[in-house]
Amino acid sequence: MAEIKIAKTLDAKGLYCPGPVLETAKAVKQINIGEVLEVLATDPAAKPDIEAWARRTGNQILDIKQEGGITRILVKRVK
Amino acid sequence: MTSDNKRKLSLIVFSGTIDKLMPVGILASGAAAAGYEVNVFFTFWGLNAITKKSMEGMQPIDKNYEQFGPVMMQKMKEMNFPMWTQLIEQAKEVGEVKVIACSTTMEFFGIKREDLAPFVDDVAGVATFLDRAEGGITLFI
Repeated sequence: MAEIKIAKTLDAKGLYCPGPVLETAKAVKQINIGEVLEVLATDPAAKPDIEAWARRTGNQILDIKQEGGITRILVKRVK
Repeated sequence: MTSDNKRKLSLIVFSGTIDKLMPVGILASGAAAAGYEVNVFFTFWGLNAITKKSMEGMQPIDKNYEQFGPVMMQKMKEMNFPMWTQLIEQAKEVGEVKVIACSTTMEFFGIKREDLAPFVDDVAGVATFLDRAEGGITLFI
């Protein structure tokens, strides 16, 4: 896979629902359309919640990795 | 009707205990972040919970869960979890959220507009709420 350029990283580790989703919604507005936001979270709900959030808001999930209790999600701002 | 990317969540907040108000904050802010239009209608004990005076102190917990109150509050503090009022404020920052106070309840309890929390947008009644809630999800909490 080609290297993905990350425009901004959101450290949402230690936040619980609805924290990661709320902060993702705020952070995605701080990047330009077409850019990628990296979200790091420890809430076990982060993966399904941010996937659902992306479906609802029309943004795109490029990649999700879960390792050592940390979920790393790459979100491309589409709108 | 509501298009696919325009959904609504409306909450009728009847209860004034912290165990019910927390999910109100969580649902409202999560929905607002996901682009839902959110309407929060505070009535009866719920309205009583959004007076400046009652928000200053600790809000009561449901009698049935009283024994869990102190442990739960301690845990929430450790988690650095926001208070439900902060969640409502955050919801308003990220999305389209209207907070409505029930006019009839205000009269029942002798509450004036200036007694209410700053996040209240309007004082209105059932017709306004139903009009705004039409076509979306509505929960009575």
